[in-house]
Amino acid sequence: MAHPEVASEAVAITLNGTPREIPVGSTVASLLDSLQLNPRLVVVERNREILRDRDAFARIELATHDTIEIVHFVGGG
Amino acid sequence: MTTAIQPLLDTPFVIAGREFASRLMVGTGKYSSNDIMVQAIEASAAEVVTVSVRRVDLDRSKEGAILHHLDPARFFLLANTAACYTSDDAVRYARLARAAGFNEWVKLEVIGDQESLLPDVVGLLEATRVLSAEGFKVLAYTNDDLITALRLEDAGAVAVMPLASPIGSGLGLLNPFAIRTIKHRLSVPVIVDAGVGTASDACVTMEQGVDGILMNTGIAAASDPVRMATAMRLAVEAGRLAHLAGRMPRREVAVPSSPTTGMLR
Repeated sequence: MAHPEVASEAVAITLNGTPREIPVGSTVASLLDSLQLNPRLVVVERNREILRDRDAFARIELATHDTIEIVHFVGGG
Repeated sequence: MTTAIQPLLDTPFVIAGREFASRLMVGTGKYSSNDIMVQAIEASAAEVVTVSVRRVDLDRSKEGAILHHLDPARFFLLANTAACYTSDDAVRYARLARAAGFNEWVKLEVIGDQESLLPDVVGLLEATRVLSAEGFKVLAYTNDDLITALRLEDAGAVAVMPLASPIGSGLGLLNPFAIRTIKHRLSVPVIVDAGVGTASDACVTMEQGVDGILMNTGIAAASDPVRMATAMRLAVEAGRLAHLAGRMPRREVAVPSSPTTGMLR
């Protein structure tokens, strides 16, 4: 049986359009790390706000209901 | 690069104060492989290469990422807002692209119709105003309408990019007169974007006097993209040189090129 705390150990966010649960205390930096993404090669938008300062990624904690978009450059004309 | 027109034969190609080495700009979409894409871009000798902003595919992030294949120190990355159907969307994509940290330039597209991919000029003008006010260098993809081109220049576009024909159509330059008129009337560079299908299209387009061409499918969808990229490089240079050389006047009657005197009797 899962302890009631287990549910509160996860934060429910929407990541690139898909619901996802991440550990409590997750930051933008730790999220990118868990996805094996290089912060220099992506742009992160949180609740429609672009997070311009990559050095701040480690200080920005993600909250329940956050909508996160992680984008990068792909081929295009 | 070795066959690039000698500087003495041409004026520098400058957009918003920045000089570019090649008048041919190329896209990076639709290639069968990244390897072929890189080879084709090398063969094109383009400096400006366009890219799109998209969600990272979290399952296959390494494959889609273009920066694993293109060195941003070597190429000038020009982000587009392709597939944006509203001014707001295009502005959002442009801001995301700028946050990538390479430059504040954007190839602005606001598409008005899914079937033709023709631009929504109302949305385009609005987004051009917004982005120019935010310090973006806006290169606006538009149709071959002079009035829209003039308004885009007024709205702050640093270059206007009229189409030769619809995106991905390969129909070539449908209205040379319209393109010449736009070039004649605008102060900012005119770069024809979209519709060039083969080398002769590129050559004819440059002969109209425009400052450059941006193409993607014409190279990427060729059976041999690397060879076509080479052809396009040469065609852009040939067309540019022919424009600078000034073509002979058209005549409705034949004029002999050999002497008519001294004939045997």
